[in-house]
Amino acid sequence: MTRRPGKGRRTIALKDRLTPVLISLVSVIIVFGAIAYFVGSAEQWPRIQSQFFSLDAMIEAAPSVARGFLVSLQIWVISLVCIGIWALVLAIFRAMSGPFFAPLRIFAILYVDLFRGLPALLLVLLFGFGIPALNLPGLPNNGLFWGGVALVLSYSAYATEVYRSGIEAVHEGQGMAAKALGLTQWQTLRYAILPQALRNVVPAMLNLVVALQKDVALLSVLGVRDAVREAQIYTARTFNYSSLVVAAILFLLATIPLARLTDHLARRDRQRRLQSAL
Amino acid sequence: MNRIEIDKLTKFYGERLVLDAIDLSVATHEVVCLIGASGSGKSTLLRCINGLTEFDDGTVKLDGTDIYDESFGRTGLYKRIGIVFQAYNLFPHLTVLDNITLAPVRVHGRQRAEAEDAARRLLDLFGLGQYAKAYPEQLSGGQQQRVAVIRSLATDPEVLLLDEVTAALDPELIGEVLKIIRDLKTQGMTMVIVTHEMAFARDVADRVCFLDGGRIIEQGEPRRLFSRPENPRTQKFLERIIASGRLAELG
Repeated sequence: MTRRPGKGRRTIALKDRLTPVLISLVSVIIVFGAIAYFVGSAEQWPRIQSQFFSLDAMIEAAPSVARGFLVSLQIWVISLVCIGIWALVLAIFRAMSGPFFAPLRIFAILYVDLFRGLPALLLVLLFGFGIPALNLPGLPNNGLFWGGVALVLSYSAYATEVYRSGIEAVHEGQGMAAKALGLTQWQTLRYAILPQALRNVVPAMLNLVVALQKDVALLSVLGVRDAVREAQIYTARTFNYSSLVVAAILFLLATIPLARLTDHLARRDRQRRLQSAL
Repeated sequence: MNRIEIDKLTKFYGERLVLDAIDLSVATHEVVCLIGASGSGKSTLLRCINGLTEFDDGTVKLDGTDIYDESFGRTGLYKRIGIVFQAYNLFPHLTVLDNITLAPVRVHGRQRAEAEDAARRLLDLFGLGQYAKAYPEQLSGGQQQRVAVIRSLATDPEVLLLDEVTAALDPELIGEVLKIIRDLKTQGMTMVIVTHEMAFARDVADRVCFLDGGRIIEQGEPRRLFSRPENPRTQKFLERIIASGRLAELG
Protein backbone atom coordinates (compact mmCIF):
# COMPACT_ATOMS: atom_id res chain seq x y z
CA MET A 1 0.00 0.00 0.00
CA THR A 2 1.25 3.44 -0.81
CA ARG A 3 1.36 6.04 1.92
CA ARG A 4 -0.62 9.13 1.30
CA PRO A 5 -1.72 11.96 3.56
CA GLY A 6 -5.24 10.63 4.09
CA LYS A 7 -7.84 11.01 6.82
CA GLY A 8 -6.52 8.19 9.01
CA ARG A 9 -3.11 9.72 9.37
CA ARG A 10 -4.47 13.09 10.29
CA THR A 11 -6.55 11.77 13.23
CA ILE A 12 -3.50 10.03 14.61
CA ALA A 13 -1.50 13.20 14.20
CA LEU A 14 -4.16 15.22 16.05
CA LYS A 15 -4.21 12.76 18.95
CA ASP A 16 -0.41 12.73 18.96
CA ARG A 17 -0.37 16.48 19.16
CA LEU A 18 -3.05 16.79 21.86
CA THR A 19 -1.61 14.29 24.32
CA PRO A 20 1.57 16.23 25.19
CA VAL A 21 -0.44 19.43 25.49
CA LEU A 22 -2.80 17.77 27.98
CA ILE A 23 0.04 16.25 29.97
CA SER A 24 1.85 19.55 30.30
CA LEU A 25 -1.37 21.38 31.18
CA VAL A 26 -2.21 18.94 33.98
CA SER A 27 1.32 18.89 35.38
CA VAL A 28 1.53 22.69 35.31
CA ILE A 29 -1.75 22.96 37.23
CA ILE A 30 -0.61 20.40 39.81
CA VAL A 31 2.83 21.95 40.38
CA PHE A 32 1.74 25.58 40.53
CA GLY A 33 -1.41 24.67 42.47
CA ALA A 34 0.73 22.93 45.07
CA ILE A 35 3.06 25.91 45.35
CA ALA A 36 0.11 28.27 45.73
CA TYR A 37 -1.44 26.01 48.37
CA PHE A 38 1.71 25.74 50.48
CA VAL A 39 2.50 29.42 50.20
CA GLY A 40 -1.07 30.42 50.96
CA SER A 41 -1.37 28.11 53.95
CA ALA A 42 1.97 29.16 55.43
CA GLU A 43 1.79 30.83 58.81
CA GLN A 44 3.58 33.97 57.61
CA TRP A 45 1.55 34.40 54.42
CA PRO A 46 -0.98 36.96 55.70
CA ARG A 47 1.86 39.22 56.80
CA ILE A 48 3.63 38.80 53.47
CA GLN A 49 0.43 39.48 51.64
CA SER A 50 -0.35 42.71 53.44
CA GLN A 51 3.26 43.87 53.12
CA PHE A 52 3.69 43.20 49.38
CA PHE A 53 0.36 42.34 47.82
CA SER A 54 -2.12 44.54 49.64
CA LEU A 55 -4.78 45.31 47.04
CA ASP A 56 -5.82 48.55 48.75
CA ALA A 57 -2.24 49.82 48.86
CA MET A 58 -1.73 48.80 45.26
CA ILE A 59 -4.76 50.71 44.07
CA GLU A 60 -3.76 53.71 46.14
CA ALA A 61 -0.20 53.70 44.79
CA ALA A 62 -1.09 52.84 41.21
CA PRO A 63 -1.76 56.36 39.80
CA SER A 64 1.52 57.87 40.95
CA VAL A 65 3.54 54.76 40.05
CA ALA A 66 1.90 54.68 36.61
CA ARG A 67 2.74 58.36 36.16
CA GLY A 68 6.31 57.55 37.09
CA PHE A 69 6.29 54.66 34.68
CA LEU A 70 5.34 57.03 31.87
CA VAL A 71 8.40 59.09 32.77
CA SER A 72 10.47 55.88 32.60
CA LEU A 73 9.04 55.10 29.18
CA GLN A 74 9.85 58.56 27.87
CA ILE A 75 13.44 58.38 29.07
CA TRP A 76 13.65 54.89 27.60
CA VAL A 77 12.42 55.84 24.14
CA ILE A 78 14.47 59.03 23.86
CA SER A 79 17.61 57.22 25.06
CA LEU A 80 16.97 54.41 22.57
CA VAL A 81 16.91 56.81 19.65
CA CYS A 82 20.11 58.51 20.81
CA ILE A 83 21.85 55.17 21.42
CA GLY A 84 20.77 53.78 18.04
CA ILE A 85 22.29 56.76 16.23
CA TRP A 86 25.40 57.35 18.34
CA ALA A 87 26.36 53.67 18.41
CA LEU A 88 25.92 53.46 14.62
CA VAL A 89 28.25 56.42 14.19
CA LEU A 90 30.82 54.72 16.43
CA ALA A 91 30.44 51.41 14.58
CA ILE A 92 31.04 53.22 11.28
CA PHE A 93 34.13 54.89 12.74
CA ARG A 94 35.28 51.46 13.78
CA ALA A 95 34.64 49.93 10.36
CA MET A 96 36.56 52.54 8.34
CA SER A 97 39.97 51.23 7.31
CA GLY A 98 42.98 53.12 6.05
CA PRO A 99 45.41 55.49 7.76
CA PHE A 100 43.19 58.57 7.34
CA PHE A 101 40.53 57.11 9.56
CA ALA A 102 42.89 55.83 12.26
CA PRO A 103 41.91 58.58 14.76
CA LEU A 104 38.21 57.77 14.39
CA ARG A 105 38.90 54.05 14.67
CA ILE A 106 41.02 54.48 17.78
CA PHE A 107 38.45 56.80 19.31
CA ALA A 108 35.72 54.19 18.82
CA ILE A 109 37.87 51.43 20.32
CA LEU A 110 38.79 53.51 23.37
CA TYR A 111 35.21 54.63 23.78
CA VAL A 112 33.89 51.07 23.88
CA ASP A 113 36.65 49.93 26.24
CA LEU A 114 35.96 52.80 28.60
CA PHE A 115 32.19 52.81 28.78
CA ARG A 116 31.73 49.07 28.66
CA GLY A 117 34.14 48.74 31.57
CA LEU A 118 32.24 51.07 33.90
CA PRO A 119 29.07 50.28 35.88
CA ALA A 120 26.10 52.20 34.51
CA LEU A 121 25.21 53.29 38.07
CA LEU A 122 28.62 54.89 38.50
CA LEU A 123 28.16 56.85 35.29
CA VAL A 124 24.66 57.91 36.30
CA LEU A 125 25.97 59.25 39.62
CA LEU A 126 28.99 60.88 38.01
CA PHE A 127 27.01 62.68 35.32
CA GLY A 128 23.73 63.16 37.14
CA PHE A 129 25.22 64.77 40.27
CA GLY A 130 28.65 65.80 39.02
CA ILE A 131 27.90 67.88 35.97
CA PRO A 132 24.95 69.89 37.35
CA ALA A 133 27.21 70.74 40.29
CA LEU A 134 29.58 72.44 37.86
CA ASN A 135 26.90 74.95 36.89
CA LEU A 136 28.22 75.11 33.36
CA PRO A 137 26.71 78.03 31.46
CA GLY A 138 24.60 77.12 28.47
CA LEU A 139 24.12 73.49 29.45
CA PRO A 140 21.04 72.00 31.06
CA ASN A 141 21.38 71.63 34.78
CA ASN A 142 19.02 68.89 35.78
CA GLY A 143 19.83 65.38 36.86
CA LEU A 144 17.30 63.81 34.51
CA PHE A 145 19.10 65.14 31.43
CA TRP A 146 22.58 64.16 32.57
CA GLY A 147 21.42 60.82 33.92
CA GLY A 148 19.95 60.13 30.49
CA VAL A 149 23.25 61.13 28.90
CA ALA A 150 25.04 58.65 31.16
CA LEU A 151 22.72 55.86 30.08
CA VAL A 152 23.19 56.76 26.40
CA LEU A 153 26.98 56.82 26.76
CA SER A 154 27.04 53.50 28.57
CA TYR A 155 24.60 51.60 26.37
CA SER A 156 26.11 52.98 23.17
CA ALA A 157 29.28 51.05 23.96
CA TYR A 158 27.35 47.77 23.97
CA ALA A 159 25.29 48.74 20.94
CA THR A 160 28.44 49.62 19.01
CA GLU A 161 29.70 46.11 19.54
CA VAL A 162 26.39 44.67 18.38
CA TYR A 163 26.52 46.78 15.20
CA ARG A 164 30.11 45.75 14.68
CA SER A 165 29.33 42.06 14.92
CA GLY A 166 26.57 42.63 12.36
CA ILE A 167 28.97 44.40 10.01
CA GLU A 168 31.57 41.67 10.37
CA ALA A 169 28.98 38.98 9.70
CA VAL A 170 28.41 40.35 6.18
CA HIS A 171 30.41 38.19 3.79
CA GLU A 172 33.71 39.75 2.70
CA GLY A 173 32.83 39.14 -0.94
CA GLN A 174 30.24 41.90 -0.62
CA GLY A 175 32.87 44.48 0.21
CA MET A 176 35.08 43.20 -2.57
CA ALA A 177 32.28 43.40 -5.13
CA ALA A 178 31.47 46.94 -4.03
CA LYS A 179 35.10 47.97 -4.32
CA ALA A 180 35.39 46.41 -7.76
CA LEU A 181 32.37 48.46 -8.83
CA GLY A 182 34.23 51.59 -7.75
CA LEU A 183 32.26 52.44 -4.61
CA THR A 184 34.14 54.44 -1.98
CA GLN A 185 34.58 53.00 1.47
CA TRP A 186 31.66 55.05 2.71
CA GLN A 187 29.44 54.10 -0.24
CA THR A 188 30.33 50.46 0.31
CA LEU A 189 29.17 50.70 3.92
CA ARG A 190 26.13 52.76 3.09
CA TYR A 191 24.78 50.79 0.12
CA ALA A 192 26.23 47.30 0.48
CA ILE A 193 27.22 46.45 4.05
CA LEU A 194 25.03 48.39 6.49
CA PRO A 195 21.64 47.41 5.04
CA GLN A 196 22.60 43.76 5.55
CA ALA A 197 24.30 44.37 8.90
CA LEU A 198 21.26 46.17 10.37
CA ARG A 199 19.06 43.25 9.45
CA ASN A 200 21.53 40.90 11.14
CA VAL A 201 21.55 42.75 14.46
CA VAL A 202 17.84 43.21 15.15
CA PRO A 203 17.50 40.31 17.65
CA ALA A 204 20.68 41.19 19.55
CA MET A 205 19.69 44.86 19.63
CA LEU A 206 16.28 44.04 21.08
CA ASN A 207 18.05 42.38 24.01
CA LEU A 208 19.69 45.71 24.75
CA VAL A 209 16.35 47.46 24.38
CA VAL A 210 14.88 45.25 27.11
CA ALA A 211 17.91 45.71 29.35
CA LEU A 212 17.78 49.49 28.98
CA GLN A 213 14.10 49.57 29.86
CA LYS A 214 15.02 48.25 33.29
CA ASP A 215 18.16 50.30 33.74
CA VAL A 216 16.17 53.51 33.34
CA ALA A 217 15.31 52.82 37.00
CA LEU A 218 18.92 53.76 37.83
CA LEU A 219 17.92 57.39 37.31
CA SER A 220 15.74 57.13 40.43
CA VAL A 221 18.91 57.59 42.51
CA LEU A 222 19.09 61.10 41.05
CA GLY A 223 15.61 61.89 42.29
CA VAL A 224 14.03 61.51 38.89
CA ARG A 225 10.42 60.62 39.61
CA ASP A 226 10.21 57.45 37.56
CA ALA A 227 8.18 54.36 38.48
CA VAL A 228 10.68 53.07 41.05
CA ARG A 229 11.08 56.46 42.68
CA GLU A 230 7.33 57.00 42.94
CA ALA A 231 6.93 53.53 44.44
CA GLN A 232 9.66 54.28 46.98
CA ILE A 233 7.97 57.53 47.95
CA TYR A 234 4.79 55.62 48.65
CA THR A 235 6.69 52.99 50.63
CA ALA A 236 8.47 55.61 52.69
CA ARG A 237 5.11 57.16 53.61
CA THR A 238 3.16 53.98 54.41
CA PHE A 239 5.81 51.32 55.17
CA ASN A 240 3.98 49.12 52.68
CA TYR A 241 5.88 47.64 49.76
CA SER A 242 2.95 46.87 47.47
CA SER A 243 3.74 49.97 45.41
CA LEU A 244 7.06 48.38 44.36
CA VAL A 245 5.14 45.31 43.27
CA VAL A 246 2.95 47.56 41.13
CA ALA A 247 6.08 48.99 39.52
CA ALA A 248 7.40 45.46 39.03
CA ILE A 249 4.20 44.42 37.28
CA LEU A 250 4.39 47.45 34.96
CA PHE A 251 7.98 46.61 34.03
CA LEU A 252 7.06 43.02 33.31
CA LEU A 253 4.12 44.08 31.17
CA ALA A 254 6.53 46.04 29.02
CA THR A 255 9.51 43.67 28.92
CA ILE A 256 7.90 40.25 28.53
CA PRO A 257 6.21 41.01 25.18
CA LEU A 258 9.48 42.55 24.01
CA ALA A 259 11.39 39.44 25.02
CA ARG A 260 8.89 37.26 23.16
CA LEU A 261 9.24 39.48 20.10
CA THR A 262 13.03 39.14 20.33
CA ASP A 263 12.75 35.36 20.44
CA HIS A 264 10.38 35.38 17.51
CA LEU A 265 12.61 37.58 15.38
CA ALA A 266 15.70 35.57 16.29
CA ARG A 267 13.94 32.37 15.27
CA ARG A 268 12.76 33.87 11.99
CA ASP A 269 16.23 35.19 11.31
CA ARG A 270 17.75 31.75 11.91
CA GLN A 271 15.25 30.17 9.52
CA ARG A 272 15.99 32.79 6.89
CA ARG A 273 19.69 32.03 7.16
CA LEU A 274 19.12 28.29 6.99
CA GLN A 275 17.03 28.74 3.89
CA SER A 276 19.53 30.95 2.17
CA ALA A 277 22.28 28.46 3.05
CA LEU A 278 20.48 25.69 1.17
CA MET B 1 48.97 47.98 -28.83
CA ASN B 2 48.29 45.61 -26.00
CA ARG B 3 45.28 46.43 -23.89
CA ILE B 4 46.83 44.94 -20.78
CA GLU B 5 50.54 44.78 -20.16
CA ILE B 6 51.80 43.00 -17.07
CA ASP B 7 55.47 43.29 -16.30
CA LYS B 8 57.41 41.41 -13.58
CA LEU B 9 54.33 41.28 -11.35
CA THR B 10 55.34 39.99 -7.92
CA LYS B 11 53.16 39.40 -4.91
CA PHE B 12 53.73 37.95 -1.47
CA TYR B 13 51.19 36.80 1.05
CA GLY B 14 53.29 37.25 4.14
CA GLU B 15 56.40 35.17 3.46
CA ARG B 16 54.85 33.14 0.68
CA LEU B 17 55.56 34.14 -2.90
CA VAL B 18 52.26 33.82 -4.81
CA LEU B 19 53.18 35.64 -8.02
CA ASP B 20 56.75 35.31 -9.19
CA ALA B 21 57.66 38.08 -11.67
CA ILE B 22 54.82 37.38 -14.07
CA ASP B 23 54.87 38.85 -17.57
CA LEU B 24 51.66 38.74 -19.53
CA SER B 25 50.13 40.90 -22.20
CA VAL B 26 46.60 40.78 -23.50
CA ALA B 27 45.75 42.29 -26.88
CA THR B 28 42.52 44.15 -27.56
CA HIS B 29 39.68 41.66 -28.27
CA GLU B 30 41.85 38.82 -27.06
CA VAL B 31 40.52 36.17 -24.68
CA VAL B 32 43.13 34.70 -22.35
CA CYS B 33 42.35 31.78 -20.07
CA LEU B 34 44.41 31.14 -16.96
CA ILE B 35 44.47 27.52 -15.85
CA GLY B 36 46.30 25.72 -13.09
CA ALA B 37 45.80 23.98 -9.77
CA SER B 38 44.29 25.77 -6.75
CA GLY B 39 46.89 27.99 -5.14
CA SER B 40 48.84 28.48 -8.35
CA GLY B 41 48.14 32.22 -8.20
CA LYS B 42 45.60 32.59 -11.00
CA SER B 43 42.92 34.40 -8.99
CA THR B 44 45.48 36.64 -7.33
CA LEU B 45 46.88 37.57 -10.73
CA LEU B 46 43.39 38.41 -11.93
CA ARG B 47 42.74 40.67 -8.94
CA CYS B 48 46.00 42.50 -9.40
CA ILE B 49 44.95 43.52 -12.91
CA ASN B 50 42.17 45.81 -11.64
CA GLY B 51 43.94 46.84 -8.45
CA LEU B 52 41.63 44.86 -6.21
CA THR B 53 44.69 43.19 -4.70
CA GLU B 54 47.82 45.21 -4.15
CA PHE B 55 51.06 43.74 -5.40
CA ASP B 56 54.61 44.11 -4.18
CA ASP B 57 56.58 44.66 -7.35
CA GLY B 58 56.17 45.07 -11.09
CA THR B 59 53.66 47.03 -13.13
CA VAL B 60 50.27 46.53 -14.68
CA LYS B 61 49.32 48.82 -17.56
CA LEU B 62 45.97 49.40 -19.19
CA ASP B 63 46.33 50.84 -22.72
CA GLY B 64 49.89 51.79 -21.88
CA THR B 65 49.08 53.64 -18.66
CA ASP B 66 50.03 52.29 -15.24
CA ILE B 67 46.87 51.31 -13.35
CA TYR B 68 48.00 53.37 -10.37
CA ASP B 69 48.46 56.46 -12.56
CA GLU B 70 46.52 59.45 -11.29
CA SER B 71 44.83 59.96 -14.65
CA PHE B 72 42.50 57.06 -13.85
CA GLY B 73 41.09 58.92 -10.88
CA ARG B 74 39.66 56.88 -8.07
CA THR B 75 37.06 55.05 -10.10
CA GLY B 76 38.31 55.18 -13.69
CA LEU B 77 40.05 51.83 -13.51
CA TYR B 78 37.03 50.04 -12.01
CA LYS B 79 34.85 51.50 -14.73
CA ARG B 80 37.11 50.24 -17.52
CA ILE B 81 37.89 46.82 -16.05
CA GLY B 82 34.94 44.77 -14.81
CA ILE B 83 35.27 41.65 -12.68
CA VAL B 84 32.92 38.74 -11.97
CA PHE B 85 33.47 36.49 -8.95
CA GLN B 86 33.00 32.81 -8.31
CA ALA B 87 30.33 33.39 -5.65
CA TYR B 88 28.47 36.05 -7.74
CA ASN B 89 28.68 38.51 -4.79
CA LEU B 90 25.39 40.12 -5.71
CA PHE B 91 23.92 42.39 -3.04
CA PRO B 92 21.12 40.29 -1.52
CA HIS B 93 19.14 43.27 -0.21
CA LEU B 94 18.89 44.93 -3.62
CA THR B 95 16.77 43.91 -6.59
CA VAL B 96 18.46 42.71 -9.76
CA LEU B 97 17.89 46.14 -11.30
CA ASP B 98 19.33 47.99 -8.30
CA ASN B 99 22.34 45.67 -8.25
CA ILE B 100 23.07 46.61 -11.84
CA THR B 101 22.43 50.35 -11.55
CA LEU B 102 24.24 50.89 -8.23
CA ALA B 103 27.63 51.68 -9.75
CA PRO B 104 26.40 53.66 -12.79
CA VAL B 105 24.23 55.88 -10.56
CA ARG B 106 26.31 56.20 -7.39
CA VAL B 107 29.81 56.02 -8.79
CA HIS B 108 29.56 57.34 -12.32
CA GLY B 109 26.82 59.87 -11.77
CA ARG B 110 24.40 58.68 -14.41
CA GLN B 111 20.71 59.54 -14.22
CA ARG B 112 18.74 56.75 -12.56
CA ALA B 113 16.16 56.49 -15.37
CA GLU B 114 18.85 56.33 -18.00
CA ALA B 115 20.83 53.71 -16.03
CA GLU B 116 17.70 51.62 -15.52
CA ASP B 117 16.92 51.70 -19.23
CA ALA B 118 20.41 50.53 -20.00
CA ALA B 119 20.17 47.81 -17.35
CA ARG B 120 16.85 46.58 -18.72
CA ARG B 121 18.29 46.46 -22.23
CA LEU B 122 21.15 44.30 -20.97
CA LEU B 123 18.78 42.04 -19.03
CA ASP B 124 16.61 41.59 -22.12
CA LEU B 125 19.66 40.89 -24.23
CA PHE B 126 20.67 38.05 -21.92
CA GLY B 127 17.15 36.69 -21.48
CA LEU B 128 16.65 37.90 -17.91
CA GLY B 129 14.25 40.77 -18.59
CA GLN B 130 11.49 39.35 -16.41
CA TYR B 131 13.72 39.29 -13.31
CA ALA B 132 14.46 43.01 -13.09
CA LYS B 133 12.44 43.40 -9.89
CA ALA B 134 13.41 40.05 -8.35
CA TYR B 135 15.88 39.64 -5.50
CA PRO B 136 19.03 37.56 -6.06
CA GLU B 137 17.93 34.74 -3.72
CA GLN B 138 14.85 34.22 -5.89
CA LEU B 139 17.05 33.29 -8.85
CA SER B 140 18.96 30.13 -9.65
CA GLY B 141 22.74 30.16 -9.34
CA GLY B 142 23.14 30.38 -13.09
CA GLN B 143 20.76 33.33 -13.30
CA GLN B 144 22.54 35.07 -10.43
CA GLN B 145 25.87 34.66 -12.12
CA ARG B 146 24.45 36.05 -15.37
CA VAL B 147 23.16 39.05 -13.43
CA ALA B 148 26.64 39.45 -11.93
CA VAL B 149 28.10 39.50 -15.45
CA ILE B 150 25.55 42.10 -16.50
CA ARG B 151 26.32 44.18 -13.40
CA SER B 152 29.97 44.28 -14.37
CA LEU B 153 29.00 45.23 -17.95
CA ALA B 154 26.81 48.11 -16.80
CA THR B 155 29.72 50.53 -16.71
CA ASP B 156 30.78 49.65 -20.30
CA PRO B 157 34.15 48.18 -19.37
CA GLU B 158 36.77 47.51 -22.01
CA VAL B 159 38.14 44.49 -20.21
CA LEU B 160 36.30 41.81 -18.28
CA LEU B 161 37.96 39.63 -15.65
CA LEU B 162 36.18 36.37 -14.84
CA ASP B 163 37.23 34.53 -11.69
CA GLU B 164 36.07 30.90 -11.82
CA VAL B 165 32.58 32.09 -12.61
CA THR B 166 31.16 28.59 -13.04
CA ALA B 167 32.89 26.88 -10.11
CA ALA B 168 29.99 27.40 -7.69
CA LEU B 169 27.31 26.27 -10.14
CA ASP B 170 25.51 22.97 -10.57
CA PRO B 171 26.63 21.27 -13.78
CA GLU B 172 23.32 21.86 -15.55
CA LEU B 173 23.55 25.62 -14.94
CA ILE B 174 27.09 26.10 -16.21
CA GLY B 175 26.06 26.16 -19.86
CA GLU B 176 23.96 29.32 -19.64
CA VAL B 177 26.83 31.26 -18.07
CA LEU B 178 29.37 30.00 -20.58
CA LYS B 179 27.04 31.04 -23.38
CA ILE B 180 27.10 34.64 -22.17
CA ILE B 181 30.87 34.59 -22.19
CA ARG B 182 30.92 33.22 -25.72
CA ASP B 183 28.51 35.98 -26.76
CA LEU B 184 30.82 38.56 -25.23
CA LYS B 185 33.75 37.15 -27.13
CA THR B 186 31.78 37.41 -30.35
CA GLN B 187 31.17 41.08 -29.54
CA GLY B 188 34.89 41.59 -29.17
CA MET B 189 35.22 41.92 -25.40
CA THR B 190 38.76 41.62 -24.10
CA MET B 191 38.69 39.01 -21.35
CA VAL B 192 40.98 37.32 -18.87
CA ILE B 193 39.33 34.18 -17.56
CA VAL B 194 40.33 31.98 -14.66
CA THR B 195 38.60 28.66 -15.18
CA HIS B 196 38.55 24.98 -14.37
CA GLU B 197 36.37 24.26 -17.42
CA MET B 198 39.06 22.99 -19.73
CA ALA B 199 36.73 22.21 -22.61
CA PHE B 200 35.40 25.74 -22.39
CA ALA B 201 38.86 27.23 -22.21
CA ARG B 202 39.83 25.30 -25.31
CA ASP B 203 36.78 26.60 -27.18
CA VAL B 204 36.73 30.22 -26.15
CA ALA B 205 40.35 31.15 -25.50
CA ASP B 206 42.68 32.69 -28.02
CA ARG B 207 45.48 31.81 -25.68
CA VAL B 208 45.76 29.60 -22.61
CA CYS B 209 48.29 30.20 -19.85
CA PHE B 210 49.18 27.43 -17.42
CA LEU B 211 50.22 28.73 -14.01
CA ASP B 212 52.14 26.79 -11.42
CA GLY B 213 53.81 28.11 -8.29
CA GLY B 214 53.14 31.73 -9.20
CA ARG B 215 54.65 31.53 -12.68
CA ILE B 216 53.30 31.10 -16.17
CA ILE B 217 54.93 27.77 -17.00
CA GLU B 218 53.53 27.43 -20.47
CA GLN B 219 51.24 29.36 -22.76
CA GLY B 220 49.97 29.02 -26.25
CA GLU B 221 47.12 28.48 -28.64
CA PRO B 222 44.60 26.26 -26.81
CA ARG B 223 44.43 23.30 -29.22
CA ARG B 224 48.19 23.01 -29.21
CA LEU B 225 48.52 23.43 -25.43
CA PHE B 226 45.82 20.93 -24.57
CA SER B 227 46.84 18.28 -27.09
CA ARG B 228 50.63 18.68 -27.06
CA PRO B 229 51.71 20.30 -23.79
CA GLU B 230 55.47 20.77 -23.77
CA ASN B 231 56.23 21.36 -20.12
CA PRO B 232 56.18 18.21 -17.97
CA ARG B 233 54.19 20.00 -15.26
CA THR B 234 51.55 21.06 -17.78
CA GLN B 235 51.40 17.49 -19.01
CA LYS B 236 50.94 16.18 -15.48
CA PHE B 237 48.24 18.74 -14.69
CA LEU B 238 46.29 17.94 -17.86
CA GLU B 239 46.63 14.20 -17.27
CA ARG B 240 45.00 14.65 -13.87
CA ILE B 241 42.24 16.72 -15.42
CA ILE B 242 41.57 14.12 -18.08
CA ALA B 243 41.65 11.33 -15.49
CA SER B 244 39.00 13.16 -13.44
CA GLY B 245 36.80 13.32 -16.53
CA ARG B 246 36.72 17.08 -16.77
CA LEU B 247 38.18 17.17 -20.24
CA ALA B 248 36.36 14.17 -21.63
CA GLU B 249 35.70 15.37 -25.15
CA LEU B 250 39.27 16.42 -25.76
CA GLY B 251 40.41 14.89 -29.03
